[in-house]
Amino acid sequence: MYVAVKGGETAIDAAHRLLADRRRGDRSLPSLTIEQIAEQLALAVDRVMAEASLYDRTLAALAIRQSRGDLIEAIFLLRAYRTTLPRLGTSAPVDTAQMKIERRISATYKDLPGGQVLGPTFDYTHRLLDPSLLADEGVDEPLRKEPLAGATTRVSDILAGEGLIEHDGMLPEDQPPGDLTREPMEFPMGRDLRLQALARGDEGFLLALGYSTQRGYGRNHPFVGEIRIGEVDVELDLPELGFAVSLGRIQVTECQMVNQFKGSAKAPPQFTRGYGLVFGQSERKAMSMSLVDRALRAEELGEDVTAPAQDEEFVISHADNVQATGFVEHLKLPHYVDFQAELALVRKMRADIGATAGESNGPVSEAAE
Amino acid sequence: MSEPLPTSSPPPPEARRRTLSLLARASADELRAAWDALPAKPEVKPVRGPETGLVMVRGRIGGGGGPFNLGEATVTRATVLLGSGTAGHAHALGTDKAKARLGAIFDALWQEEQTRPYVESRLLAPVAARIEAEDRKLAEETAATRVDFFTMVRGDD
Repeated sequence: MYVAVKGGETAIDAAHRLLADRRRGDRSLPSLTIEQIAEQLALAVDRVMAEASLYDRTLAALAIRQSRGDLIEAIFLLRAYRTTLPRLGTSAPVDTAQMKIERRISATYKDLPGGQVLGPTFDYTHRLLDPSLLADEGVDEPLRKEPLAGATTRVSDILAGEGLIEHDGMLPEDQPPGDLTREPMEFPMGRDLRLQALARGDEGFLLALGYSTQRGYGRNHPFVGEIRIGEVDVELDLPELGFAVSLGRIQVTECQMVNQFKGSAKAPPQFTRGYGLVFGQSERKAMSMSLVDRALRAEELGEDVTAPAQDEEFVISHADNVQATGFVEHLKLPHYVDFQAELALVRKMRADIGATAGESNGPVSEAAE
Repeated sequence: MSEPLPTSSPPPPEARRRTLSLLARASADELRAAWDALPAKPEVKPVRGPETGLVMVRGRIGGGGGPFNLGEATVTRATVLLGSGTAGHAHALGTDKAKARLGAIFDALWQEEQTRPYVESRLLAPVAARIEAEDRKLAEETAATRVDFFTMVRGDD
């Protein structure tokens, strides 16, 4: 029998009021400001923007504050917010070759135009807790040095000059890239849609899948051709003016993974590539994305599809942490009626077995009854 | 001797592009200060917005290949009409509506010959100088982290 469940409103209101209190915490401490979160928890803000698929530092910082630092909850809040806004247009593709570089490294070439520039990295730190951060001590200003003149050449262009690497992935002319936010997913999907899904995918999930390819589940012999982090211009074509204008700059992280390829009937041996592009400073995510992008190209490159990371439907269907959270967490909502049905079924099965075996079970009473 | 340009001639698109890009990068404070210091405030009629929406930001596969949808960004835009009949537009990343409205006003003021010098000298030049200084600072701080490799030379036996 279906019983309408009512009566939770008072408890829910009280729970939300309690949540607001716990979110604020000890009132004798100053409240965190949005600016403090954006400045001092910048990489958390970047992760929320990337996985919410919405670039806005202030709103991402607000979401982190509202969610008490639960980043998936913050991503959920930002995703919900974006559904309230109209789409004003589509930018011209950002040009990462023109990036204002804040970090650029290559694991394939020691000396290359533009050099190896470490930027603000955790690499080479000793990962020892720093007790001086327990107090609010002053921090030294960064060092400065004259920048190199000239462009920072992309590593893929250096290899392309020798013909040793495949070209950037092209789509057929005049085919607009697919958009997951507008059309339901269908498999198999193009690389454009896969990259959109991976760019907003959960960092932990992509990290684990990328790791699995390194451990032998779809191995593809990767080298970090290049990682670059920095700001790029976002340009929007304005029909009312008849030209494109810059809307400002956004920070992105790009990873070019270079992978071995032994060649096929159609292509000579050459290096192939996996690509990662992520909002904000997020090297781990961009690297994981490029590993998984390359793994998902197995079929295109005539490789055997044997590992989870190469399974497009599996990877893309489970990469979104807002979807995953919704389905996992819905399990805690009332399932009283479903469970009653299962209870009745299990009792009947047991009764049937009991009847066959000639056993008699005493009457049972259920807490839910 | 060249003819003086007629006062109604529209500025070249490349100059307008630069103006709109700088206005998009101007902070709300910079715009407000320039507005407050403006000696004669024009009559301003809103035409569209200010309104916030989304722009889908695209990347390219492999950095230079076919386009794909990377994710969206918040953008706020406004269109205004001055009492003189000149329309101004503004589009900028973020959700700041006051900034978009002032940006559109200054775009319109920049298109008018008598106020263009004010917009150039009191707003666009300082914004351009600030951006250049910020870029320079970032480039120098980044350059200080460039690796200078050296090779260990083995001694001759």
